[in-house]
Amino acid sequence: MLLKLEARGQRSRPMVYLTPVLAIVLTLIAGTIMFAMLGYPPMQALQAYFIEPISSAYGLSELLVKATPLALIGVGLAIGFRANVWNIGAEGQLTIGAIFAGGIALVFYEVDSPFILPLMIVAGLLGGMLWAAIPAYLRVRFNANEILTSLMLTYVAILILSYLVHGPWRDPDGLNFPESRIFSDSAVLPVLLEGTRLHLGAVFALLAVVAGWVFISRTLIGFQVRVIGLSPMAADYAGFSQKAVIWLTLLLSGALAGLAGMIEVSGPIGQLLPTISPGYGFTAIIVAFLGRLHPLGILIAALLMALTYLGGEVAQIDMNLPLAITGVFQGMILFFLLAVDVLINYRIRIDWPGNRPAGEGQ
Amino acid sequence: MGKGMLKTLLGGVIAATAMLAAPAMAEEPLKIGFVYVGPVGDMGWTYQHDQGRKAIEKALGDKVKTTYVESVKEGADAERVIRQLAASGNKLIFTTSFGFMNPTLKVAKRFPNVKFEHATGYKRAKNVSTYAARFYEGRYVAGILAGRMTKSNVIGYIGSFPIPEVIRGINSFTLALRKVNPKAVVKVVWVNSWFDPGKEGDAAKALIDQGADVIMQHTDSPAPMQIAQERGVYAVGQASDMSRFGPDAQLTAILDVWDGYYVQRAKAVLDGTWKSEDTWGGLAAGMLALAPYNKAIPADVVAEAEAARKAIIAGTLHPFQGPIRDQSGKEVVPAGKTIPDGELLGMNWYVEGVQGEIPQ
Amino acid sequence: MESTTFIAIFATIVTASTPLLFAAIGELVVEKSGVLNLGVEGMMLVGAVSAFAVSTGTGSPYLGIVAAIGAGGVMALLFGILTLTLLANQVATGLALTLFGVGLSALIGQGYVGTPATGLAGIQIPWLSDIPVLGGLLFQYDIMVYMSLALTAAVSWFLFRTRPGLILRAVGESHDSAHAIGYGVIPIRYMAVIFGGMTSGLAGAYLTLAYTPLWTENMTAGRGWIALALVVFSTWKPGRLLFGAYLFGAVTIGQLHIQGLGVAIPSQFLSMLPYLATVIVLVLISRDQLRIRLNAPACLGKVFHPSA
Repeated sequence: MLLKLEARGQRSRPMVYLTPVLAIVLTLIAGTIMFAMLGYPPMQALQAYFIEPISSAYGLSELLVKATPLALIGVGLAIGFRANVWNIGAEGQLTIGAIFAGGIALVFYEVDSPFILPLMIVAGLLGGMLWAAIPAYLRVRFNANEILTSLMLTYVAILILSYLVHGPWRDPDGLNFPESRIFSDSAVLPVLLEGTRLHLGAVFALLAVVAGWVFISRTLIGFQVRVIGLSPMAADYAGFSQKAVIWLTLLLSGALAGLAGMIEVSGPIGQLLPTISPGYGFTAIIVAFLGRLHPLGILIAALLMALTYLGGEVAQIDMNLPLAITGVFQGMILFFLLAVDVLINYRIRIDWPGNRPAGEGQ
Repeated sequence: MGKGMLKTLLGGVIAATAMLAAPAMAEEPLKIGFVYVGPVGDMGWTYQHDQGRKAIEKALGDKVKTTYVESVKEGADAERVIRQLAASGNKLIFTTSFGFMNPTLKVAKRFPNVKFEHATGYKRAKNVSTYAARFYEGRYVAGILAGRMTKSNVIGYIGSFPIPEVIRGINSFTLALRKVNPKAVVKVVWVNSWFDPGKEGDAAKALIDQGADVIMQHTDSPAPMQIAQERGVYAVGQASDMSRFGPDAQLTAILDVWDGYYVQRAKAVLDGTWKSEDTWGGLAAGMLALAPYNKAIPADVVAEAEAARKAIIAGTLHPFQGPIRDQSGKEVVPAGKTIPDGELLGMNWYVEGVQGEIPQ
Repeated sequence: MESTTFIAIFATIVTASTPLLFAAIGELVVEKSGVLNLGVEGMMLVGAVSAFAVSTGTGSPYLGIVAAIGAGGVMALLFGILTLTLLANQVATGLALTLFGVGLSALIGQGYVGTPATGLAGIQIPWLSDIPVLGGLLFQYDIMVYMSLALTAAVSWFLFRTRPGLILRAVGESHDSAHAIGYGVIPIRYMAVIFGGMTSGLAGAYLTLAYTPLWTENMTAGRGWIALALVVFSTWKPGRLLFGAYLFGAVTIGQLHIQGLGVAIPSQFLSMLPYLATVIVLVLISRDQLRIRLNAPACLGKVFHPSA
């Protein structure tokens, strides 16, 4: 017996929507087996992962808080990935965005003004853009591969943040501990739902999703990005500038990552700390592809990814399930989600030996 | 003022009611939650806190039920995890990293009936205690051993991040070191990580290559100890007894011992005597201990170290008693004076004998 | 500087660079075949814990090395099934593989935390190790260091001097043309991917058997990512990869030495040096546009299906 993939010739519309369902079914089956094998009640574990975290309004609000930076960064990265621009340093751009925005909050610590938040937003965007501009410049001017430069600059950014919070920017009343002052109220994003941490940043993420959608599908530049990604040669003939697209996509993804950094420090954290992101910049790469590089898909993927993190915490609290198992389970979910997409473009045919139609070789 | 009184009164009534109700719910175990910054398998900081958690379970058995969440990043995640623990019925929550300070306070405000214990911080509330250990006392004793055992008079010190806790340790160590051996100096290398075995090992090698023959570390992994063993120099272990990793190298180790404190605080919640306090316990309180001394240390040196340890416990010796000079040689603490706790807490300058500068 | 000190520093650089070289040389072959596997960190961790478990279980570090090769290979096979047979996106699958590997290694390693192991000893080569200075400098390492160098040379020879190497490069350059000529694109890529997993496993084994013979969760501390960056740095040439890995190792060790000398520069800035050095050197190398174009596999990361 042989499993063979056969091209459908065109994308299967139903499969676009059916495959995630299939992935979820597979995850539930495999998850049940895995938890049972490890000696944990499977039903309880699955409930802890997928139901418990979102069974209250507060839980839902936390899901949005966690998904916000993932969606924001994911949308930006997806546009770059479509043009084959490999920004994998969003984590660094996020960090610099947070530093810029946090810097504004600290400089105007004494000032109570409605202009501080907008200023922080601009600073966050600029910070992320600046950090992404370095790989862009090095790529366009010196042909240096952005995978390396953007990744290396991530480490540099995190060390800069570390220097600032351990040194010049630490809280003057904080006994020299490594954290900044707590931002004043006018530097903190307003909370949307009383009693939760759901903040204005979630709205920004939603706007970014819509804007990203419009950008990709409705604008000429978005079209150029897509063409360059699909066929650089064709783009050359059409007179599209590859350099311009490199600049544009890196600056755009950097800006959104920087905004995510601003949102984190001005929203749920409220100060500068040595660690701002638990790796959002890297997780967002998965989110971008899981969402098939489509802004709406990215939004769903960000929510799903956030859910697995929240679920992992609940599973630890309710069942003493070690974090290690969460990692394995997360990997498994992603494998299923990524693998089933094959059915959109291909159908699986089972070849029985001796059942092979004549004339079909290979 | 009147409002405050009313609140206190009300609080008292509620507390009294709760106490009356307590016996009725005796079968219900006290749920205790732990928030860890690293994995329980880090063999260092988090590992020792988890030993403390297990000590509670061992000491109090059915009366408690503990859970933990590991590798919680300092940042937005911390508040959610702490709140989740509180919401799922944990009545005592230990948050075991400095970076959890503000999230702990935020959640504590929302859950006035839950008791919180925050490690190594300085902000407290009615239901938030802080606790830390005076690890510098152990480092002082280690300084005596190092000062007597070094031949090159160069000590290598591997630091994680330049925070007061680490700097205090370097200073305390150096003061004892120079007291018994005024020619000795301390070289500090920061690895900018709490936990990277490879890099910690590399730092140990670099320091040994620069002439150090005793290695101190304020990072979590046993890698420096292994390197010391391999290179035939001495080292002082951190957090747990690392003698398995360096049977000939380990002079002693400065052990984090949270067991006693954790059991005591859990008991206090059980019998209703818990109240918010600031605990900064040292050798006397048993919050840290020293691993058995290396057999190669001469008896008179062991006696000297033991004398210091006992004097610290007895309160007759304070590691930071004058005269203390800073790096420029200026006397900053005169004889007969001691640096008060408030200043120790935020220490960010080096004493004489430490090389290098602290970024300001 | 005394020669013994110099030898010691050089040895430190060699051991710091070896895991990077192992992980990167395999990934270089993978990428040359047109596949991008970002799961190096995860494969390394599973290799590391397998090596440690088998080595302490059997008492033989050599069996540990074999186990790591196998474990890394199995992880890579999983990646291959997903991306080559089921045509899943390579970038996302690689990242998922890392998440999976971090969890799996922690799960396997639970019982091994706090257990010391005897590391691989340096081998003394008769005559050679006794040569003054040079003997200490070159002929005192554990066997894996020599393995990493031999592997680099072998990969270089294979890719650029043999016919199968040429075919592998052709597959990475244009899978459609290679397929049209009649080469099995998918089997070739499977072999490359599994090879990459095996060397990542070796990189992990080097950590737990030689570099720091112990197991703790997440002990790779990002080295898999550095290895990935080094492949890009090398412009897909094994010789340059060797240079890159040793450059990174040298700057990392160098900054620790500068700190030890008591220089008044905040340590965070010194810690940045290895990352900045790689960027700067890459820029210098990359200015020569034509040569890089010839080296970068044109089909890197692209999905291939024979019927497409």
